[in-house]
Amino acid sequence: MNLQAVRAIYVFEMARTFRTIAQSIISPVLSTSLYFIVFGTAIGSRIDQVEGVSYGAFIVPGLIMLTVLTQSIANASFGIYFPKFIGTIYELLSAPASFLEITAGYVLAAATKSFMIGLIILVTAFFFVDLQILHPIWMLTFLVLTCLSFSLFGFIIGIWAQNFEQLQLIPLLAVTPLVFLGGAFYSITMLPEGWQAVSLFNPVVYLVSGFRWSFFGQADVALVWSIIAILGFTGACILTIGWIFKTGWRIRA
Amino acid sequence: MPTPILSVDALNKTYDGGFVALDNVSLEIMEGEILALLGPNGAGKTTLISAICGIVQPTSGRVTVGGFDTQSQYRGARDLIGLVPQEINLEPFEKVINTVRFSRGLFGKPRDDAKIEQILRQLSLWDKKDNAIRELSGGMKRRVLIAKALSHEPRVLFLDEPTAGVDVELRRDMWEIVRALSDSGVTIILTTHYIEEAEAMADRVGVINKGQILLVEEKAALMARMGQKELRIDLNKKIDAIPEELADRDVELSDDGQRLIYRYDTRAERTGIVRLLSALQAAGLSVADVETKQSSLEEIFVGLLQDQEEGVAP
Ligand SMILES: Nc1ncnc2c1ncn2[C@@H]1O[C@H](COP(=O)(O)OP(=O)(O)OP(=O)(O)O)[C@@H](O)[C@H]1O
Ligand SMILES: [Mg+2]
Repeated sequence: MNLQAVRAIYVFEMARTFRTIAQSIISPVLSTSLYFIVFGTAIGSRIDQVEGVSYGAFIVPGLIMLTVLTQSIANASFGIYFPKFIGTIYELLSAPASFLEITAGYVLAAATKSFMIGLIILVTAFFFVDLQILHPIWMLTFLVLTCLSFSLFGFIIGIWAQNFEQLQLIPLLAVTPLVFLGGAFYSITMLPEGWQAVSLFNPVVYLVSGFRWSFFGQADVALVWSIIAILGFTGACILTIGWIFKTGWRIRA
Repeated sequence: MPTPILSVDALNKTYDGGFVALDNVSLEIMEGEILALLGPNGAGKTTLISAICGIVQPTSGRVTVGGFDTQSQYRGARDLIGLVPQEINLEPFEKVINTVRFSRGLFGKPRDDAKIEQILRQLSLWDKKDNAIRELSGGMKRRVLIAKALSHEPRVLFLDEPTAGVDVELRRDMWEIVRALSDSGVTIILTTHYIEEAEAMADRVGVINKGQILLVEEKAALMARMGQKELRIDLNKKIDAIPEELADRDVELSDDGQRLIYRYDTRAERTGIVRLLSALQAAGLSVADVETKQSSLEEIFVGLLQDQEEGVAP
């Protein structure tokens, strides 16, 4: 194992994060605060409790997921797209490092950043709503797994993208709708039956459900399915990346 | 027979579009030598280096570095290799010292600030170590690329056109740096368009064109083997035309009528010099001075490319 390489990439990427720390953190905190004000306070005051939880508190896990997903994808995809774009990828390709080591460096750095942002939003939430976390260890586990798996997914997008438009495309076209329709702002049990069935094909439902369970002890789907979904997604991403490095798809001519 | 540090065996590369960039390239390089790869634009120099270093996936063939197969034992092979790419690929906002440290770490070496300092000083970059890359001049950026390649103490260094776009003075500096590296035992493969560069630095010269290696030879032997020599005879008295006695001797008269020029092949059994001299005597010309000049690599190079064009084996 070339752990030095993992470390070097991680340190290098984290340095970039800290150089731009203000914009990295201000924007997610600001937009989440707006969500709290609009949904939690203005609209929430007209909505009854959802599953015994005030609406303002109910949306916290979904909001954190929304931000963490988008951030993970954005960070990791940019992290590997940028060296491709400016040409410094030659060094990664010529280094005595395996795909696992290179991926680990970038993905861990991206996941760290989105994890920090997730925590910051959680702290912000305490300023707006009364919040309790029933299963803190599970909460952190879900958060970490989500950061990791979606950073892996972002890494793939960064390799796939051949220009900046494509880099934005997937988060915009796929991820945001999936998250919004994934029960971030409602319980899918509130949907008509047909739509409930459709929702079960949305992987984000399982993430949000499991994550919300760790806060309030109630889930839309069984906890075990949430865990299977997130582990399955992680596994699929790792296999894809392995295949990419083996074939050199979009990185090696 | 010492084993070569780098051995390329029947390497082929066909790019996705079907373009054949490397056509059965074989090459061996001994430890400590400096090999210059010469070739026109698009000859396949960068492709060859990229295929050895893992940036381009070879279509077929085998490469070993220090005995390690670059595909199946890539870690062992790449540990030994440093690469200075042709393009200036650097992160504009990063500090010089951080990018160099990054390279060392990426290649699996523990942090060693003394080593990094030594490299940056050697390349006259120490003053700039805390500057962002975008604040450097082009020549400095190229030296940063060299520093990155040297950061993990490679035994084989590839320099892809290290002196492209570099001023004359800096080019001399580069040559010095390359020589110093070579003296310290690093094997160097460099590509260049500047024939005087190959002539000044290389132990051996390889000529590549259209993905084929046309030849690889000791520089001195190459020049002697392929070399045409020019015999220049300065006359005591100006003449208006070549005298009859010399008519079939293939000489040229300079414009000022003061000098006869005779080209001959050092490989030939008879150079014809003796007969030329006696013909001179017969024509009653008296000789003030004689000088011979070896043709440059450039002339050899152009000749080789023409031969390939016409389908003549070198
Ligand atoms: N990624 C690629 N896809 C398709 N063709 C390529 C690719 N890279 C290089 N080529 C082609 O391969 C040939 C060799 O290119 P290469 O860069 O190896 O030349 P070179 O000898 O380094 O030239 P130069 O002196 O201009 O740097 C060129 O015709 C080039 O167009
Ligand atoms: Mg080139």
